Amino acid sequence: MYSKELPLNERKIARCRKIAAEIGNEVASLIHQNSTVGTERGILRMLGLNGALKHQGLQYPVANLIVDQLKENNRLQEGALFWVANALLAENIQMDVLEKGIAGRTINIGKVKPQDTKKTRKFAQELAEKAYRNLKTYREKRKKIMSHQKDPLREKRPLKYVIVATGNIFEDVTQAKSAVHDGADIIAVIRSTAQSLLDYVPHGTTTEGFGGTYATQGNFRVMREALDAMGPEVKRYIRLTNYCSGLCMSEIAALASLEGLDCLLNDAMYGILFRDINPRRTLIDQHFSRLICSVSGIWIMTGEDNYMKTTDAVKAGDQVLASQFINEVSALNAGMKPEQMSIGHAMEMDPAYEKVILMEIARAQMTRQIFPKAPLKYMCATKYKSGDIFTAHALDTVFNLIGSMTNQGVLLLGMPTEAIHTPWMQDRSVALRNINYVLNGSLGLSQEFGFNTEGFIAKFSQKVLDDCLTLLEKIHRDGFFKAIEKRVFADVSRTINGGKGADGVFEIDRDVYLNPFFKLMGSKI
Amino acid sequence: MAEINLHQLLPYGDTTQDGAVQLSFTLPVEPSAKAREAATQLVRSWGFFDVKIAHMSSIGVGYAFFVVMARTEKSIDYPKVEAPQLDLQKRDYKEIDKKILQEVKRPIRLVGATTGFDAHTVGLDAILNMKGFDGDIGLERYKGFKVVNMGSQVPTEELIDRAVKENADAILLSKVVSQKDIHIHDMRDLIAQLKKRGLENRFVLVVGGPRVTHKLALELGYDAGFTIGSRPSDVANFLYEKMVEKKNGKTKK
Repeated sequence: MYSKELPLNERKIARCRKIAAEIGNEVASLIHQNSTVGTERGILRMLGLNGALKHQGLQYPVANLIVDQLKENNRLQEGALFWVANALLAENIQMDVLEKGIAGRTINIGKVKPQDTKKTRKFAQELAEKAYRNLKTYREKRKKIMSHQKDPLREKRPLKYVIVATGNIFEDVTQAKSAVHDGADIIAVIRSTAQSLLDYVPHGTTTEGFGGTYATQGNFRVMREALDAMGPEVKRYIRLTNYCSGLCMSEIAALASLEGLDCLLNDAMYGILFRDINPRRTLIDQHFSRLICSVSGIWIMTGEDNYMKTTDAVKAGDQVLASQFINEVSALNAGMKPEQMSIGHAMEMDPAYEKVILMEIARAQMTRQIFPKAPLKYMCATKYKSGDIFTAHALDTVFNLIGSMTNQGVLLLGMPTEAIHTPWMQDRSVALRNINYVLNGSLGLSQEFGFNTEGFIAKFSQKVLDDCLTLLEKIHRDGFFKAIEKRVFADVSRTINGGKGADGVFEIDRDVYLNPFFKLMGSKI
Repeated sequence: MAEINLHQLLPYGDTTQDGAVQLSFTLPVEPSAKAREAATQLVRSWGFFDVKIAHMSSIGVGYAFFVVMARTEKSIDYPKVEAPQLDLQKRDYKEIDKKILQEVKRPIRLVGATTGFDAHTVGLDAILNMKGFDGDIGLERYKGFKVVNMGSQVPTEELIDRAVKENADAILLSKVVSQKDIHIHDMRDLIAQLKKRGLENRFVLVVGGPRVTHKLALELGYDAGFTIGSRPSDVANFLYEKMVEKKNGKTKK
C-alpha cells in the first residue's frame, strides 16, 4: 500500500507532546521562582536603555552597569524596572536623561532614594506598557514592509538560508548582497565565536571578529538597512537572522526586535550542551527572549541539528525529536504560534551507509508530519565533509532534493567548502546555483509520490518515534535536569548548578519582584 | 605510457607528466570579454600555460566567477620532500589500557582545553568524552587515563595552572577556529607561557584541530599534532608511547 504520508501513530505523537508538556512544567517552575541578570538587562533594553560607556577601553552597556549597581546595593529583588521607575520619579527626569546620567556616572541607580512603593510600582507598570506598545508599533510597521513585497513563504516555497561570516559587518553586507542576487531568502550573520560567553552585548558597528561578526544593535541595523534596500530590486522580502543564544538571550531578542530581525537562532539546549552555559540561567533567559520573539513575530530557530556532531546519527534520531518536542513546549509557554517555530533538524548520517538517503528522507518527512505548521529549518550535510569540495557538492544536492520533496520550511544551504573555511562569495554562489536548480526542477515533487506503508522508510521513521517516546518517558522519570546530567542529549553531561553564568541567577519573591512584561506579552508561566 | 619521474613530479590530469590543474576564483569585476582576458593573463602570470577559461559567470553584481584549466611545468623532487608523520602502531583501547597499566603502571594524567576565543569543544570532546567519536571510545573511559576536560575559552594561564595542580603528564590543546590564523597564535601562546614559567619540558604537549598538522605542531614546539579524522585511540596510543619513551629515557622524536 502507498500513502501520501508516512504511517505514524498519532496517539504516540500526542503522548510525546503530553510528556514534553510535563517536562516543560519542571522548567516553568524554575522560571517562576527566579530571574537572571540577563533577563533584567533584557527589560532595560525594552525600556530603551541601549547606550554604552567607555569602560576599561571597551564599550560597556548602560544596561549592564545598571544591573551591576543594583546588585552591589542589594536591590535586584525588586527587579530592574522598579528601580528605573524609582530613579525617574526621584529625579523627575526622562529616560534619556537617566541613561546619560548613568553613563556619565552622575547617577548610581543603586543609591537613588526610594520613593513611595505603590506609586513607583504603578509608574513602572506604565513604563512597561509603553515599551510594549512601542515594540508592537514598530513590528506592525515591519509586517507592512513585508506584506508589500513578494515572499517565498506565501508561495509555499522553502526559504533559502545562507550565512555570511567575514567578521566585518560591511564586508558581510557585500557578501549578503551578492547572495541575495543569486537567490538567497534569509541572511544569517554568523557571530564571532567569542560572543556566546560574553555577559554583555558589545556596542556599535564592528569590523573585527573571529569566525563571524559581533551581534550588536549597530550591526543589526547596518544589515537590515542593506537588505531592506534590496527588496524592491530583487522583488522579494529578505529575512535577517542572528544568534540569540549564550549569556545575553533576552537582550539580543530585544535589540533584534527593535532593529527588525525576522528570525533568531534561539536554543538554550544548545548553550547548555555545547557552550557549557548554566542550565538554569539560560532556560530563564530563553523564556523572556521567546516572549519578545513571540510578540514581535520573530521566528525562533532551534539547534537540534547540532546534536549529531558527536553522536552516531543512525542511532540517535530519538534525541533530536525529543529535544524538538521540549523546545516546542517552551515556545508554547512563551505564547508562540507553531508558525514561528523554525525547529532545527537534519540528522546527518554517514553517507557510507547503505540506504542512507532513504533514512534521511524518513527523518525529514517524519519531522515534517509531526510539526506540520512549523517552518522547519533543515540543515545541510556538514559532518561528513572534510575538504573534498566536489563530493561535498554532491551531498548538498541530495540534501536539497530531500528538503524539496519533504516540504521543509527553510533550507540551510550546504557549502562545498564546509570544514575548510567560512564561505567565500563563490562558494555561496555555487551552492545557490545548486539549490536553485533543485528547487525549480523539483517543484511540486511531493505531490507526485507516496510512501510504501510497509517499506523501509516507514519502518525507520516509526522506530525513531518509538525510541523518542521511550526517551521522553525516561527524561520525565529522571527529571529534566537529572537527565541532562546523565548524558541523555548528545552524550554531554551538564549539572543544574554548573556551567557559565550560574552566578547571574537570583531567586525572586513574587510579592516584591516586578516584571509586568510576562503578563503583557502573554507568558503562560 | 610515459614513465613517472619522481624527481620531476608533476600533477596528473589525463596524461603522465601533463602538469594539468584546475583552478577556480572570483574577480571583483563584471564578466566580460575583458574580464576573461584578464583572468587568462593573470593565470599565465602565475607560471601556468595552456590556460583555458572553462567557465565565467556573474556572482551577485560586480563579480565574475571563473573555472580555469591550465598546465604547469614547475615540478618537485619528490624523494627530497620531508613531511614528519606520526608513525604509530595501531592498537585498540583495550590493548592500550593494558599496556599503560603494565608499563606505565599508573593512569596517565592529562588536562585538555580550548583556549583564547575558541568556544568550540567539538574536537576536544570527541577525543576526551567517554562516548568518543565514530565508535572509538573517548579517553575518559580508559582506565589508563585520568582526564580533566576544562572545556572552552580557557585562558592559557589557567590551563597551565591546572596542569600543574593536577600534576599532569600531558596537555591537550584543541584549536577549531582558524580565521586569521588565530589557532597558530594560540598555539604559540601556550608554548610562550610555558617557557616563561620554565615548564616547557614538563608536559607532553598535544594539539588537535582541523587546520593543525603534525608538521606545524612540531615546528611550534609540540610533541604531536592531530587533524580531522584522528581518533581517540590515536591520541591514546601516542600518549602511551610517549610516556614509555620518557620513562625509558629515550628522546626519539
